[in-house]
Amino acid sequence: MGVLEISHISRVFQKGDDEEVVALSDIVLSIADDEFVSFVGPSGCGKTTLLRIIAGLDKATSGTVILDGEVISDPGQRVGMVFQEYSLFPWRNILDNVGFGLEMRGMEKEERLKVVRRYISLVGLSQFEKSYPYELSGGMRQRVAIARALATDPDLLLMDEPFGALDAQTRNHMQCELLDIWETKKKTILFVTHSCDEAVFLSDRVVVLSSRPGRIRKIIQIPLSRPRDRTQKEFIDLRRNILEMIEEDEQDKERIKCNSGN
Amino acid sequence: MNINKFTRSACFPLLSIITAIILWQLIAVYVVNNRFILPSFTDVIRAFLDLCISGTIFQDFVVSMVHFFIGLGLSLLIGIPFGVLMGWFPCVNRFFDPLIEIIRPIPPLAWIPFAIVWFGLTDLAAGFVIFIGSVFPILINTYEGFRNVPKIFVEAGKMLGCTNSLKLIRYIAFPSALPHLVSGFRVACGVAWMCLVAAEMFGVSNFGLGQKIWWYYNLHQMDNVMVYMLVLGFVGLIIDFIFRLGIKRTLLKWREGEVN
Repeated sequence: MGVLEISHISRVFQKGDDEEVVALSDIVLSIADDEFVSFVGPSGCGKTTLLRIIAGLDKATSGTVILDGEVISDPGQRVGMVFQEYSLFPWRNILDNVGFGLEMRGMEKEERLKVVRRYISLVGLSQFEKSYPYELSGGMRQRVAIARALATDPDLLLMDEPFGALDAQTRNHMQCELLDIWETKKKTILFVTHSCDEAVFLSDRVVVLSSRPGRIRKIIQIPLSRPRDRTQKEFIDLRRNILEMIEEDEQDKERIKCNSGN
Repeated sequence: MNINKFTRSACFPLLSIITAIILWQLIAVYVVNNRFILPSFTDVIRAFLDLCISGTIFQDFVVSMVHFFIGLGLSLLIGIPFGVLMGWFPCVNRFFDPLIEIIRPIPPLAWIPFAIVWFGLTDLAAGFVIFIGSVFPILINTYEGFRNVPKIFVEAGKMLGCTNSLKLIRYIAFPSALPHLVSGFRVACGVAWMCLVAAEMFGVSNFGLGQKIWWYYNLHQMDNVMVYMLVLGFVGLIIDFIFRLGIKRTLLKWREGEVN
């Protein structure tokens, strides 16, 4: 199960003594079981902050996050997270990285290895199980990170721009791989990205946030059936639609006017 | 071409040692010609063989090793836990930091009188001086290592069920800080070796490689002094070598390629 209720989440950062920055304001959102939801928005709109609150790594100033009827207040194994940066433990090989959560749970070594090998083969890295992270490419490292987050079988998977640092080809391929995994494992996934293309390609729904204070500007259903074609007209229209919303928001900021576009 | 190849070969470093020995021998025999001021290479070799036959050098070696490991062992036993607590809990750091900053600049050798007063002329007194010298590099490097654990590893650990401080220290902070600990230990070994000679020379002990240097100086047997000096150098070199080979190949295997 992975039904998420986000109710009236606000987050205020204290800056100095009297200055306050409102990062998130009154976010209300319900997410169904096995749904794939992306968050997009201009930089600084608080999408990462929202994800961190859902993870339990950050505390909301007000409001609650409820997963399957239970409030999330601390980080734990009910929620899996794939970070933007490189977060694998460099001192552990791939087997031990993916097995970390199960080890913390106190699972016997032999049983653990069985589960871990299944997840490593799910991301196609079986021949690298003894390698250390420094020996892997960026795409392979993020695959391991996905396997590690999934190995404890969390109800909810959070992904914070997981493919942001990858090159375009690897990135497109990883998106397809992620959808395959999502189809087989059936998880609720919340995915933060700055790429509208990625959001439209992957999601059931795209949540567009506006910046300062971060609010939900619009929630867009993606009615296209999978596998999706990036060159299809509906796909392009949806993408343009979302992009325009973000651009409008960015125009308020101080920016140099460009002749070749916005 | 051929010279280039030769300078890169394994026997080239050997050449420098052989050249130095020949020069030493020539200067000692033909220029200085005084065994007290500069014993020659062959004098030193002869003295070394005599000392080996009489067996005292082995006894001194063992006693020095006992001092060394008492001191270094105490440093690890005290330096690492304190470093961990100070690095992980800021309040512990704020409490102990002023004390450490005051005690640390006192040169370890300044503790010799109190070492003798407190422990007498025992192995423990020498060990104590070595401890004072080597505890700070270990403590401070451990502290630095634990303070600089990347936040992302801690957060990733928390998400995967590593939730209390004890678990986080054991599974995340300790392995992440290990390179710092290792370099601290290596510096500590060097300082410990220096303190060892000084402590033994000042009469803290009745045996030991350092003590014998002073002893033979008083007997004006400079060839024996030179033997002990070289033994100290070689043992120090071997300790560092074993350490590098042992630790970097096992504990820090995961760092290959990350640095150089």
